[in-house]
Amino acid sequence: MNIQRVSVLVKKDLKKLIRDPVVLFLIALFPVILTLAFGTSFGALGSSPATYQVGVVNMDSEGLYDHWSQYFIGNLTETKILNIQNYPSNETAQTDLLQGKLQAVLLIPSNFGQSCNSFWNTPTNPSLWTNTTVQLYLDSGSMFATQAVLPIVHQVLAITVYGELPSPSARPIQMSNPSLIQASKITMFDYMAPGIFAYATIFITMTVAQSFAEDRETGLLRRINTTPTTPAEFMTSQAISNMVLALIQVALVFVMAYLVGYHPNGDASSLILAFIIVSVFSLCNVGFGLITATIAKSSGAATGLAFVFIMPQMFLGTFVGLALSPTAKAAGRFVPSYYVTDAITSLLLRGAPISSPTVLLDLAVVSICSIAALLIGIALFSKYGKA
Amino acid sequence: MSDREKTHKAAIVIDNLTKKFEDVTAVDRLSLEIGKGELFGLLGPNGAGKTTIINVLCGLLEPTSGSASVGGYNAQKEPEKVKELIGVCTQETAVFPYLTGRENVQLFGNLYAMPKEALKRNTDELLEKISLTEDADRRVGKYSGGMRRRVNLIMALVHDPEIAFLDEPSVGMDPQSRRAVWDFIRGLKQKGRTVILTTHYMDEAEELCDRVGIIDHGKLIALGSPGQLKDKFGVRNLEEVFIQLTGRRIREGI
Repeated sequence: MNIQRVSVLVKKDLKKLIRDPVVLFLIALFPVILTLAFGTSFGALGSSPATYQVGVVNMDSEGLYDHWSQYFIGNLTETKILNIQNYPSNETAQTDLLQGKLQAVLLIPSNFGQSCNSFWNTPTNPSLWTNTTVQLYLDSGSMFATQAVLPIVHQVLAITVYGELPSPSARPIQMSNPSLIQASKITMFDYMAPGIFAYATIFITMTVAQSFAEDRETGLLRRINTTPTTPAEFMTSQAISNMVLALIQVALVFVMAYLVGYHPNGDASSLILAFIIVSVFSLCNVGFGLITATIAKSSGAATGLAFVFIMPQMFLGTFVGLALSPTAKAAGRFVPSYYVTDAITSLLLRGAPISSPTVLLDLAVVSICSIAALLIGIALFSKYGKA
Repeated sequence: MSDREKTHKAAIVIDNLTKKFEDVTAVDRLSLEIGKGELFGLLGPNGAGKTTIINVLCGLLEPTSGSASVGGYNAQKEPEKVKELIGVCTQETAVFPYLTGRENVQLFGNLYAMPKEALKRNTDELLEKISLTEDADRRVGKYSGGMRRRVNLIMALVHDPEIAFLDEPSVGMDPQSRRAVWDFIRGLKQKGRTVILTTHYMDEAEELCDRVGIIDHGKLIALGSPGQLKDKFGVRNLEEVFIQLTGRRIREGI
């Protein structure tokens, strides 16, 4: 195996990705646009609520001046923008915030009423005030909550404490800087994202089929065949360049998904394994591309024929399959993309560890399918597809 | 001088070669020897079998019967060794349109595992010779047809092969570019390289070739230097030789 040959062929393929607008669109822009579209439709961006779920923990509910905190909570409820839910303890409220049931938690301190009272007793003498702080925790994954809840609470607090008085520059009650809590809120988009990763890679079938058919039409395959380049070197270069391509695709889709509110529930090792699974799956699509190129008479025909492999994988094995009937879902087990989606879902949605039997079984199935598809593709193309 | 070079004076030996595609006989019992350093022309109309002969010599096609050796190596049994020796300029313009002219040439140099320095030197030299230095870093997709043909030619020669197969190298070129390609081919001859040139331009063959073999329906119907063939048939050019042999003009095809 001559590394110089393999490396120069890989570079050539990657240059094609950057320089050929059709390939660039299909491989890079299309998945990104798709992710953006689904993310905004089904994710945190698109599903922004008209009201915000705010949990309130009132630690001043039994004191001498507890009417102040009741008044504050009443005012918060009256805003209509905040849906106030009372919690007996900070722990339960924090749990619901972490699980995505709340966008914010407000902690009213035990000396809240005393502080308000001290202000009204001596409004002009801050040295006699009882100072305190209202704690606010926000879901960092909710863009709207982080932007909207704090100013609303600020405004309601000012009205509650100072009433008709102009808000003084010195205040007995401060709002804490809100703590941003990473909630494990699951949106529809979180369910779809693993399938979108698999979906993006499926289109490698089309680009490989087109590329081989086109190179055959223009005589480039024959020409490369007149050089000392061996079939093993050529196919290795194809495998490497398409794996790199798949990694670029998934990285782009992942970044885009993250920006529009995707919340992966896994650590770095889960993420790395997800990328490995997708890159292995890309080899399967290289195999399907070679089979397509063998059958297709021209590059145009290859584009159409590629859908024979793309459609079942897309409908049965990716995010599209979420909406299918139980029968169709069962049929999904016959397409490799199903196992890619299942593995990534386990890793990044269910939070399964990388040693999880489900994930390892999925990886094994994807690997076997990929090796089989690649070998069949190489054998068929070598025998019938070169001419 | 290696043992192979000592024992094989001929660059190419074709022995009773036949190649059939189902019912069609593309090459019919062809026997031929081409000497080292010779500039040999394979002449014939389109479909005569010229490209099939080259494909067999390059190890791309298995002959139905007979054998062919290139540089002392059997083209079917040792194709990997043959491929180290040869450079092939294909009849179709086989270039990567998304690469620049320079990148196309260097890609093929790398496929022959050329050292970096030699590759750069040869690439620059060849681009200069075919007047493409200024456009070398433009993508080939933006080139004119003639420019692509010229890149197509030097892609086959960047590694300075012992034996060059040039399949219709000047087809589709304007007269000026054709003359430039002719000078280029003469340069190969002067360097002692063996060149097998297929063409249906009789003037090109007369101008360049030491010997020509005229192929019709896969058969070698005449062999000799252009002068010998003209004398033998008492005609002024190779076109007339072909008419005498086949009763039709070469451009009419088979």
